[in-house]
Amino acid sequence: MRTAGATTDMRGGGVPPLRWRRLPRLPRSTTNRVLRGVAGGIGERLGVDPLFVRVALVVLSTAGGLGPLLYAALWALSFEPAHPLPPRRPTQRQTLSVTLIVTGTLLLLGQAGLWLQGGLVWSVTLVALGSAFIWSRSDADRRGRWGRFAWLEPLIGGRISLPRVLVGAVLVVVGLTYFATASGAVGDLGAVVVAIAVTLAGAALVLGPYIVRLAQEVGDERAERIRSEERAEVAAHLHDSVLQTLALIQRSEDGREMAALARGQERELRAWLYGRPRVDSDQTLGQALEAAADRIERDHHVAIEVVVVGDGPMDRAGRAAVRAGAEAMLNAARHSGAATVAVYAEVGRDTVQLFVTDEGKGFDPAAVGHDRRGIADSIRGRVERAGGTVTITSDPGEGTEVQLSIPRDRGSAP
Amino acid sequence: MLTPPEPDRTSVFLVDDHHLFRSGVQTELAREFRIAGQAGDVDGAIAGIRATTPDVVLLDVHLPGGGGRAVIDAVGHDLPTVRFLALSVSDAAEDVIATVRAGARGYVTKTIAPAELSDAIRRVRDGDAVFSPRLAGFVLDAFTGDVSAPADPELDQLTAREQEVLRHIARGYAYKQVARRLNISVKTVETHVSSVLRKLQLSSRHELTRWATDRRLV
Repeated sequence: MRTAGATTDMRGGGVPPLRWRRLPRLPRSTTNRVLRGVAGGIGERLGVDPLFVRVALVVLSTAGGLGPLLYAALWALSFEPAHPLPPRRPTQRQTLSVTLIVTGTLLLLGQAGLWLQGGLVWSVTLVALGSAFIWSRSDADRRGRWGRFAWLEPLIGGRISLPRVLVGAVLVVVGLTYFATASGAVGDLGAVVVAIAVTLAGAALVLGPYIVRLAQEVGDERAERIRSEERAEVAAHLHDSVLQTLALIQRSEDGREMAALARGQERELRAWLYGRPRVDSDQTLGQALEAAADRIERDHHVAIEVVVVGDGPMDRAGRAAVRAGAEAMLNAARHSGAATVAVYAEVGRDTVQLFVTDEGKGFDPAAVGHDRRGIADSIRGRVERAGGTVTITSDPGEGTEVQLSIPRDRGSAP
Repeated sequence: MLTPPEPDRTSVFLVDDHHLFRSGVQTELAREFRIAGQAGDVDGAIAGIRATTPDVVLLDVHLPGGGGRAVIDAVGHDLPTVRFLALSVSDAAEDVIATVRAGARGYVTKTIAPAELSDAIRRVRDGDAVFSPRLAGFVLDAFTGDVSAPADPELDQLTAREQEVLRHIARGYAYKQVARRLNISVKTVETHVSSVLRKLQLSSRHELTRWATDRRLV
């Protein structure tokens, strides 16, 4: 019996309400039919493979011609749905119910003397139960993906549950053995076991290579799928980042803007390729500095080289250092005229040190304009509020260096 | 530190798997240097370097077939006169450090300005070390982590002066500026940098570096 696992998800493929209360009528299958679609309809309603329903009907033909009678009766009670109904996916409880009903029916038929006398009904029941065990591990979703090789999945698929297979196999073997001995065809129990083993070995020899090849194909297919998913992910990232930047660069006419775009992209791509995996959502000081440098590079078309030694978390000192450092970078980008700005941060146990250096035109700190004084003051203000010190060295024609040192809180050391 | 082109020109071999980058660098360098040859993978580089014995090999860190360090491992021993300068665009610290430890005398990023690249090649040819700001940062990072018991204190630690020089390089200063700021000669700066390079290549401390522990390489 083919059953699905605990797939109870009925959203999307909602089954139209059937009017069971007025008259229990069976919708015939419009898509899966051999004669009139009765077996297909039963299978779809019960959530089992129609093939099993058909086999059951054929087998029941031996029980005093019950099969064709049953089929005719069901056909008379069924109706042709206006549009195809989606097959149901059974819950585990439904599966169990169907199994019990089938078992009960078999036993009832045996008791009534209609079919399979005596012990035979037990062996058939055992074999049916064993098969159900073996086949019930694969869940419906995965089976769907395996397409017509679905029957192979329990044998070679990833989620083999050994205990269930063993239980199923034992039930089947016991059932078959019981059948063979009870029917009197073979008297010796040992010989029966040997016969079954030989048959199984023969089947493995005959079907083995075929199964292995199929397994390989399915494995290759899965590997290829994983590869193409990865490719799609990389392509999506590159599309959002590199390709967009390349397009911008082609449209750009300013050499400095082009360089800034290219640098920003390089920085972003490097972070993506080699970035340390973030433990949590918090940035490290180095990442925050890089991000600030990236923003200023994009806005002001200068190259900013960031070197960080001994990275650390963004504690109070780190936040002050990054904000003041960003002000210093901005200042250098706006006023120094230098093409590159060097940023060096050293995160020690006790202090955070940050240097922002440019080789631009520099200025006389004693005679600065009002706007630059403001920026210098805002750098100084931030750092001094955090208990640190700022040194700004500059000479006209010699470039500028802003140097900050901020003590870290005790206990925030890495 | 620009010197005028010399009559007996330094021969340079280019190893990079990006054809466009190679031809761009070749155009830039051909004015000053003799381009001995070029290769795009490890095997081609080994064969080409053996055939031409260039003065300087410009070596990409990331190469198909084992990376730049595989090239140095293969020919560095047999050809002691050949000097290697590593360069790359996407630099993971461990790859760069591994290439330098294999024997490269320096490391620069591909975004380096042409004049600075020429300068670096000459420096490497003369047996000096070339530290870009980023390499200086990597080295400081590698040598500043805590080590409970340094196996060889001479090799496993940087002197205060060496650290000071490296910090200045990491801050973006050229050797000449470092010398002036520290009131030492350029020659002394070069000596310190070469000493750091030696320690980096010989110390076993690399296994205890911050980035190595971060990445669980130890």
